[in-house]
Amino acid sequence: MNRAALHALLSHWWRNPLQMLTLLGGLALATALWSGVQAVNAEARASYDAAAATIDEAQFDQLVMKDGGPIDQAIYVALRRGGWMVSPLIEGMVGDVRLVGVEPLTAPGASLPMALQTGGDVGAFTSAQGQIFAGPDAVEDLAELRADIVVSAQIPPGVAYADIGVVQRLLDRASEVDILLMNPEQPFRQAGLAEIAPELSVRKGQAAADVGQLTGSFHLSLSAFGFLSFAVGIFIVHGAIGLAFEQRRPMMRTLRALGMPLGRLIGLIVVELFVFALAAGVIGVVLGYLIAAALLPGVAATLNGLYGAELGGALAWRPVWWVSGLGIAVGGTAIAGGGALHQLARMPLLASAHPRAMSMAAGRRARLQALAAFGLLMAAIVLGVLANTLYLGFATLGALLLGAALALPVIVDGILKLGRGFSKSALGQWFWADTRQQLPGLSLALMALLLAMAANVGVSTMVSSFRMTFLDFLDQRLASELYVATSTPEEAARLEAGMTDMGVAVLPIQWATETFGGVPTEVYGNRDHATYRDNWMFLESVSNPWNAVAAQEGVVINEQLYRRAGLSVGETIEIAGQPMTIVGVYGDYGNPIGQAVITEALFQSLYPSVTALRFGVRVPEEALPEVRSKIVEDLGIPNAQITNQARLKALSTDIFDRTFIVTDALNVLTLAVAGFAILMSLLTLASMRVPQLAPVWALGVTRRQLGVMDIGRAVLLATLTALVALPLGLALAWVLLSVVNVAAFGWKLPMLLFPSEYARLGVLALLAAVLASLWPAWRLSRTPPADLLKVFSHER
Amino acid sequence: MNAKGLVIAFLLAPVAAVAQGFAGLGTDADGFGLPTPNPTFNFPNDHGAHPTYRIEWWYITANMEGPDGTPYGLQWTLFRSALAPEDGEGWTAPQLWLAHAAVTTPTDHFVAERLARGGVGQAGVTTKPFAAWIDEWVLEGDWQTLDMSATGAEFAYDVALTAEGPLVFHGDAGYSVKSAEGQASYYYSQPFFALEGHLHLPDGSVPVTGQAWLDREWSSQPLSANQSGWDWFSLSFDDGAKLMGFLLRQTDGNHYSSATWIAPDGTTQAYSDGAFDAQPLARTPTSGPEVPTTWAVTLPDRGVDVTVTAINPDAWMGTSVPYWEGPVTIAGSHTGRGYLEMTGYE
Repeated sequence: MNRAALHALLSHWWRNPLQMLTLLGGLALATALWSGVQAVNAEARASYDAAAATIDEAQFDQLVMKDGGPIDQAIYVALRRGGWMVSPLIEGMVGDVRLVGVEPLTAPGASLPMALQTGGDVGAFTSAQGQIFAGPDAVEDLAELRADIVVSAQIPPGVAYADIGVVQRLLDRASEVDILLMNPEQPFRQAGLAEIAPELSVRKGQAAADVGQLTGSFHLSLSAFGFLSFAVGIFIVHGAIGLAFEQRRPMMRTLRALGMPLGRLIGLIVVELFVFALAAGVIGVVLGYLIAAALLPGVAATLNGLYGAELGGALAWRPVWWVSGLGIAVGGTAIAGGGALHQLARMPLLASAHPRAMSMAAGRRARLQALAAFGLLMAAIVLGVLANTLYLGFATLGALLLGAALALPVIVDGILKLGRGFSKSALGQWFWADTRQQLPGLSLALMALLLAMAANVGVSTMVSSFRMTFLDFLDQRLASELYVATSTPEEAARLEAGMTDMGVAVLPIQWATETFGGVPTEVYGNRDHATYRDNWMFLESVSNPWNAVAAQEGVVINEQLYRRAGLSVGETIEIAGQPMTIVGVYGDYGNPIGQAVITEALFQSLYPSVTALRFGVRVPEEALPEVRSKIVEDLGIPNAQITNQARLKALSTDIFDRTFIVTDALNVLTLAVAGFAILMSLLTLASMRVPQLAPVWALGVTRRQLGVMDIGRAVLLATLTALVALPLGLALAWVLLSVVNVAAFGWKLPMLLFPSEYARLGVLALLAAVLASLWPAWRLSRTPPADLLKVFSHER
Repeated sequence: MNAKGLVIAFLLAPVAAVAQGFAGLGTDADGFGLPTPNPTFNFPNDHGAHPTYRIEWWYITANMEGPDGTPYGLQWTLFRSALAPEDGEGWTAPQLWLAHAAVTTPTDHFVAERLARGGVGQAGVTTKPFAAWIDEWVLEGDWQTLDMSATGAEFAYDVALTAEGPLVFHGDAGYSVKSAEGQASYYYSQPFFALEGHLHLPDGSVPVTGQAWLDREWSSQPLSANQSGWDWFSLSFDDGAKLMGFLLRQTDGNHYSSATWIAPDGTTQAYSDGAFDAQPLARTPTSGPEVPTTWAVTLPDRGVDVTVTAINPDAWMGTSVPYWEGPVTIAGSHTGRGYLEMTGYE
């Protein structure tokens, strides 16, 4: 009996291949989108990690020679034996590549390149032959060296890492070390530095930019959109399953009448859906892989990590992604099919078929739906204001999306009713009325379109806001092209004089530590320079805050100090006894402590004991080699004390451009899914609509005109949906940036608007709707007159 | 046997760890020396490093008490792991050093770990005079007396050891077999150290006295493939006798055991597989996995039937190779105290 019943059930799909395509296609696309977003996340994470790795050795306190020269390796051993947890580092230039020698057993974890932190063969790395870890760009420069080169995408451009002994050999600097990195954790007791190595001094590390938090926020938001994309797919699946149930009611009634127990019938349907979900899930994960592979050429490493064999074959298979892809497909189907199964379970044995039940029930449900939508939207507003945990943040998102989706048919229906009032001609009035009449059948597809568009608007806003913020943040932190760390005031003076001779701007980096309202804060004395005026973004400020700073009247503070000490613009704080007015608050993403900036002259009078030893040097890209060689050769400052940040910034920008390509593609895909939903709904409705069209045709409207009106109807509905989607998308982005992010990380990402981007998305959405309606319209215009005539002769 | 060094050797030299166990041959396929039966030891040279063997350790555990009778445990361990059977000067020397230090109180367990390359002077062992060191951690003296110190982020200790008995050789005169297939190591101990010194803990310094047990072991053959971990006991009974015993657990559920009975005068009797047994009585949660911290230990030939209980069940060593190591008390047919080490628990 099972076999016969299953055969009967499946025959429905055989007779309605389009519906099967809708179901499978919708689920597969939804799963593919989900997998695609996972791929983007993984790609972004790997890239940020590589970018973040370059900043890292500077975060540690360092021991350097007071005279700036190399350190004898014996001093390193003496310090270790005196209880100092230090790790030697040597570096030199090979062509354009900075070759860094590290000691992997003692190096503080974060100072090692990712490729080494996550494993690697210590034996091969420390062997006499040695291994050089380098990015693909550096291979050419290093080819001549006598060492094995390990190409790793995780190494930032322009840098290569090898064992300290290997680099000493390659640079012909036996027993020499440039810097001793200090481990943040030092033992319970240790000998005094002055006793062991009086020739060394401590150079303070810079507070590390915690890029992890920033990117964590990005991933969280992208994951939220992954779910959203999936939700779009679920709407389609829900529609397809619902329709199939309605249409199969006669069959189920017959099966039940023939003695099939309800439980077994439900069981068979569950099996059927499960098989569909698995099939669609597999297609979706593979599709996601193909999408990701096509979108992200050259990041094979990430994809390999995501879908299977990792570099070197250490990890051959990562089933978690398949499981998550298939799980979400099955789970989605369960959600989409649950309602239908519930109905089936409660259906009277001999219930008659309702091929248009969805539309018929719509009227009854409309009021209820409007009420629910209103309630949910109100809840979203209240939650949006009050939400202070991640959980509530996501609840806000859920209420907002569900409320908006439920409200959509009600809103569109209202507008259509209005439109009818404006229409004078009979045909016009029929057009509006017929559109309204179709609305219930199309509403699920329109909700999918709404969510797709809203997701796209939200994604674009979020990603673009994030990009701008992150790049501004990098500009702010790494405004100068070169960073030079000098060891003595004499060396610093030499650098300033030498650079001024060349007409190159030098920006001292100097700070003193203070506490404001219990918040540990670094007070910086910045030189008045266009670098700051051009690059620093203020969250809140008076006009021209830098003028007030330069006039020794104002201070600008970072968001961390602003929020934690509860300060505000216009308020006065005392810096070393000097009352100063807060004139601006700037975003300082990832910095764990407070920061305040005053002008250089004032800083020097307030903190006469602080001498600037670090400097930013502003050089045009083309003059970089010249300036660099001047600093090294003429001024005698070791290469190791110079950091080139231009490459790091170029790298970061590149990463974002890649992320953009991917989000763009995801936008198009989501809309394609929504377009697909519209197409399927229109095709489903087409055959049912013949009785309604026949009279109009009989009254003299040509089939061609009817087809054109169908396209117009699709455009109209898509436009109305787009109008609802735009504010919804913006609300979505706002919730993510200002509610979810604050709950998760404690700071807001500024929300920036990109109208041209939204216009482009709107056009894309309309295009999707037009494309989706073309085929049904064409079919309509080709309906044989005989079919239309049959309506009148009751022969249908 | 403090065989965690074997795991570390595996970790640091994964390629080299494919030695096939052919006891009796002088060297393995990679040129590392292999222990052979009937060894003759040559002191003080053998107190020093044997760089042609893959793995080696200087391993001290101590049971102590403070002025108020509070029991304390202490550990000082230096491991050597060779990437190749040679020594050398400079960074290319293929010798890696790793050290663990710990202090256990009834409520706390402090752990520190150090790693160093050989060849540059940061870590090593010399014999004339004897000194073993890594960074500022030192074990030095003439083996009649030894000074020992170590420091971590939250603790430090400085203690002096005085030998009150002879060296003790395990297995067959220091040739200690580790599996039915014949894997073996050279293994001797000085279990008769009296200890005196100071622990420096977050709450202040504590003067301590007690007894320490020093293990020396080196080999090139790690465990056999089916051995998953071990439970090692060093027990000092109140009547002056001592017992060293270990179980090497096998993946098939069986185990390989070995033990040395040490009389108060230092004379020994070795017991081969099956004579010594230890059964876990209760597992307790730790900072790592759950491990058995109460054991029933038996050596029927000597009438030993005791319950061994951890002084601080959470003596988990969260080091790069994690394991459990801490002081224990002994009750039953014999009373006393000792040390327990357990590895391979997940």
